[in-house]
Amino acid sequence: MNGVKLFLQEAGETYRFGIKFFRELFKPPFEFREFLRQCYILGNKSIFLVAITGFIMGVVLTLQTRPTMVEFGAEAYMPSMIGIAIVREIGPMITALICAGKIGSSIGAELGSMKVTEQIDAMEVSGTNPFKYLVVTRILAITLVLPLLVVIADSVSLFGSYLMENLKGQVSFTLFFTKVFEVLEFSDIIPSFVKSFFFGFAIGLIGCYKGYTSKKGTAGVGRAANSAVVIASLLLFIIDFIAVMISDIFYEL
Amino acid sequence: MMQTEGHGLFAKEEMNAKFGRKKLLISIKNLHKSFGDNHVLRGFNLELYDEENLVIVGKSGSGKSVLLKCIVGLAFPDKGTLRVLSKDVLNLPKAEMDLLRAEVGFLFQGSALYDSMTVRENLEFPLRRHKDRMVNESIDQLVLEALENVGLAEAIDLMPEELSGGMKRRVALARTIILRPKIILYDEPSSGLDPITAREISQLILNIQKIYKTASLIISHDIDFARSIANRFVILKEGIDYATGIYKDLVTSNDPNVKAFFNYET
Ligand SMILES: Nc1ncnc2c1ncn2[C@@H]1O[C@H](COP(=O)(O)OP(=O)(O)O)[C@@H](O)[C@H]1O
Ligand SMILES: [Mg+2]
Repeated sequence: MNGVKLFLQEAGETYRFGIKFFRELFKPPFEFREFLRQCYILGNKSIFLVAITGFIMGVVLTLQTRPTMVEFGAEAYMPSMIGIAIVREIGPMITALICAGKIGSSIGAELGSMKVTEQIDAMEVSGTNPFKYLVVTRILAITLVLPLLVVIADSVSLFGSYLMENLKGQVSFTLFFTKVFEVLEFSDIIPSFVKSFFFGFAIGLIGCYKGYTSKKGTAGVGRAANSAVVIASLLLFIIDFIAVMISDIFYEL
Repeated sequence: MMQTEGHGLFAKEEMNAKFGRKKLLISIKNLHKSFGDNHVLRGFNLELYDEENLVIVGKSGSGKSVLLKCIVGLAFPDKGTLRVLSKDVLNLPKAEMDLLRAEVGFLFQGSALYDSMTVRENLEFPLRRHKDRMVNESIDQLVLEALENVGLAEAIDLMPEELSGGMKRRVALARTIILRPKIILYDEPSSGLDPITAREISQLILNIQKIYKTASLIISHDIDFARSIANRFVILKEGIDYATGIYKDLVTSNDPNVKAFFNYET
């Protein structure tokens, strides 16, 4: 019972934090320089990890499904199937999970330690709105950077898949990607692109909320970083579930 | 009861004699602040005059930091009046609050340097934020001057993590004085430092006081340092200004609670 109450309380606080983000977002002055700096830092921090996991996913997915497809004599459908799987689901989800681990935790830890060492207070007395300067810039940066990272993950992943197809089935580069783009429609790309913005927003919101409201002491900072990752990851699956349900309704129409 | 004694016995006459013609910079009356069931401040009073150094003593957890944070609007009191430089802090619009904050420096307990910025950027931050129109040249000059005043000009391009605790405190002090505030609030300026470094910081604060001539509100456990800098003391106990006065009077007080803070010599 207590747990439920705590959960609802936390959910309510997070919601209020999110509302505050939108209120502050549209109120000048805008911390544009800090926003650009965060885009660079966050993108730079995760691009390598995202690319390498994307590549491995592409390779592994191809190797795992290939024998079955060959058995059914559906070898020719490999590129289309992999393309759909990666663009619709695997690319956005893997990227978001990697970023939840890498960016969510680092935002949680950074803001948490700024909170407990009074750096946020110091900012406030220096004529700066710390919510705007620290929170708004970070949430906005990750919301906009994550879709780009997804595009990179998708591309690298498809390239990894192509390498395997080329190795095992002598499929040429042109043939592979022609087949991929033959089946991919806007109704595949748009929903997963839109979904990525929500993923980014969720990671930024939870990381910032946990860090910004972190409790005193070094244990508080650790907890902020840890729970940022756990809650953000869980939230990603929930958003994915909802997104798939909604786009499914549109397919039916 | 003790509160009236504190004011009645020593404070008022001494204050009028010493500061009667000085400007009142901070005036706090009947300040209350609770966190849930924890009633931290329960009717605290304080007056800080121009050019005065007022030292606040009190046990750990008695609400000293909370009091300082109320003064600059980092914490919001439940009740009472709080005027800083003739501004009613509790009902001040955001823009005016920012202007006021440029005139009230705050040295945080753990230095609170921005981890992700160099020493130079740390010092530039308040300058750029408070005085947007300042040209780059004068910013460079002010940064260097403030660092020279704390004896750390050579550390200008280091990151905070490369500094020792004492150096961090010096940089924090430089960042506080760079806007040339009228009042500086010091939250335990020597906490977390070894005794020798703590003494150095205390000496530095005395020097800074001579250069910048600001009024100061200082929280300190270091009685020697407090004695050397304080014009007056306030004892914060049980949420009120338990006793106020100059060192000579407090140290000869018969009140056991006052003695507890000053009797180290006897
Ligand atoms: N933001 C806060 N939320 C809840 N309690 C607080 C907060 N800040 C301070 N307190 C409580 O107020 C009391 C006084 O704290 P503080 O002013 O930091 O003491 P000190 O005199 O040692 O500086 C402590 O009991 C502390 O737990
Ligand atoms: Mg304190």
